[in-house]
Amino acid sequence: MRLNDAIFGVVLLLFAAAMMAYTQTFPAMPGQSYGPALFPLLIGTGLTVCGAALIVRGVRLRQDAALIAFGDWMGSTRHRVNFALIPAALLFYILAADFLGFIPCAVTILAVLCVRLGSGWLASAVTAVLATLVIHGFFSKFLLVPLPWGLLQPVAW
Amino acid sequence: MDTLVQAFVLVFDPTVLTVILLSAVFGLFVGAIPGLTATMATALLVPLTFFMDPVPAIAAIATTVAMAIFAGDIPGALLRIPGTPASAAYADEAYAMTRAGQAEKALGTGLICAALGGLFGTTVLAGAAPALAEFALNFSSFEYFWLACLGLTCAVFISTDQPLKGAVSLLIGLFVATVGIDITAGHPRFTFGSIELMGGVSFIPAMIGMFAISEILRYVTATSRPPKVPQQAIGNVFRGLGAVLRRYKANLLRGSVIGTAIGILPGAGADIAAWVAYAVSKKFSATPERYGKGHVEGLVDCGAANNAGLSGAWVPAIVFGIPGDSITAIVIGVLYMKGMNPGPTVFLDQPELIYAVFICFFIANLALVPLGFGAIRLARQLLRVPRRLLMPVILIFCIVGAFAINNTVFGVTVMAVMGLLAYVMEENGFPIAPAILGMVLGTLLEDSFMTSMIKADGNLLGFFERPIAAGLGVVTCALWLLPLVLGWRRRRAAATDYTKGHG
Repeated sequence: MRLNDAIFGVVLLLFAAAMMAYTQTFPAMPGQSYGPALFPLLIGTGLTVCGAALIVRGVRLRQDAALIAFGDWMGSTRHRVNFALIPAALLFYILAADFLGFIPCAVTILAVLCVRLGSGWLASAVTAVLATLVIHGFFSKFLLVPLPWGLLQPVAW
Repeated sequence: MDTLVQAFVLVFDPTVLTVILLSAVFGLFVGAIPGLTATMATALLVPLTFFMDPVPAIAAIATTVAMAIFAGDIPGALLRIPGTPASAAYADEAYAMTRAGQAEKALGTGLICAALGGLFGTTVLAGAAPALAEFALNFSSFEYFWLACLGLTCAVFISTDQPLKGAVSLLIGLFVATVGIDITAGHPRFTFGSIELMGGVSFIPAMIGMFAISEILRYVTATSRPPKVPQQAIGNVFRGLGAVLRRYKANLLRGSVIGTAIGILPGAGADIAAWVAYAVSKKFSATPERYGKGHVEGLVDCGAANNAGLSGAWVPAIVFGIPGDSITAIVIGVLYMKGMNPGPTVFLDQPELIYAVFICFFIANLALVPLGFGAIRLARQLLRVPRRLLMPVILIFCIVGAFAINNTVFGVTVMAVMGLLAYVMEENGFPIAPAILGMVLGTLLEDSFMTSMIKADGNLLGFFERPIAAGLGVVTCALWLLPLVLGWRRRRAAATDYTKGHG
């Protein structure tokens, strides 16, 4: 999805304004004219200048290109769902990992995505279970990363 | 001499050698599969290197990327789909050779030139870095401030043809770097009460998001059908190679020099090195009309240039802590986390470590020849790996990697946010490299500025009082003014044309 430069310009201007307003809450350094607010203010100024330039350029280009140009995939439901599934999978993991545990979460995410991307049920199930066990074994046993066990805590190995 | 012996002992250790071999296999695999890039390979590797000692960690990254950049040639030549962006410049050329029945020649040239270019870049690295480091020992916060500015400026201008978008990307990166406890007053900035953000946006999860999650998003929304795997067997890739190399030895040297130089410039890496080398090769060729129709000459330049660029990028990274490309930016992030701050003092305190790194680079580029040969033989099998199963597995790997750094789910959140941000940015022509450099160099920039201001008692002219600082400062300011001057001249030229036309 390509957006007109002007849209980015407006977003950047708003962001810079909010950021610079927020720096007013930062404390000043006693006896010095430069404090924690200096760099954010400089960055905010830079973003404001760039945002304004993007708006100018976007408006100039408006005759030639649409404000929002959708990519090929935005027209296809299959691809829209695919796209949404990735952040959804991450969100699912963030919310459910502590309760369900790593293994159930990973198997679910893998199985759903593999099937969704066009693999057969059996291949997806085998991949989901095998990949989860290998990754879990490697990280939790070899690198000692405390991946959450969740529901499987009673049978943790 | 003692240091060199110590360095060899560090490298010729069974663990390090095993790490090198496994990384080589990993790099070849990732490079040969379209949609998985060398930078992504580094980002995926980082959670593992996090648990290693410095030498195997750096060896792993150096080997992986050297292998991946060559392996990107394989699908480029056989399918016309570059395996990594660094092969994009000459994928058409190599594919045209394959269609003319010269797949072996294209791949063999790519392989040998990659190894030779990599060795050239490494030699420059091993020769230049210690000398530069000695020079850099005299640098104070003033010089570091200007160096960081210069590096970031380069990144904005080189990484894209639209400096405006490069600048936006850089500012976003610098903003991300300001999140967390500030270094001068100890005040938490932009943390909004979150304890997790006090230490700043966690670098590794951010990298995994920007390089791996964004790539997964691109894969699941790709509308083109998966390419057909070629059926023909690949014969002896070394046949007739001697003649090619003898004939184009000047190209080999030129490609290596261009690659190393572009690698050293911050913000530009192997992909840009290959594009420039191809353009230069065509411009100075005796037969430019044959380019794009399956002519091997350009392949010599580019094959050497992209691998030379990889090593070149380490020069500023090791000596000044200023990354030459996205890959070394990730490396610097890793080194900081290990408490081993890159910079000239490393050459004094732990010279054996630096020499061990150089030795690893030589080994990686030498091992490229036999292992790359094996990868070419297995090319058809490699290209048949079902990506629809691979991509979900990579997603899980990303989740674990982002989690493993601080053992909190917050890392996964950072990864998701940065991944979406990088995807939107790249879709709209905002380059990612400046943002990465901004994130890595933001702290150095602010730190050196604040220290310098205290030293100079708030007098901005203090930044120009030391000779080297003044020189760097003038160059940086000149670069900043360059687009304005060029724009003004263009407008004046247009105005003159206009008055001429109407006068």
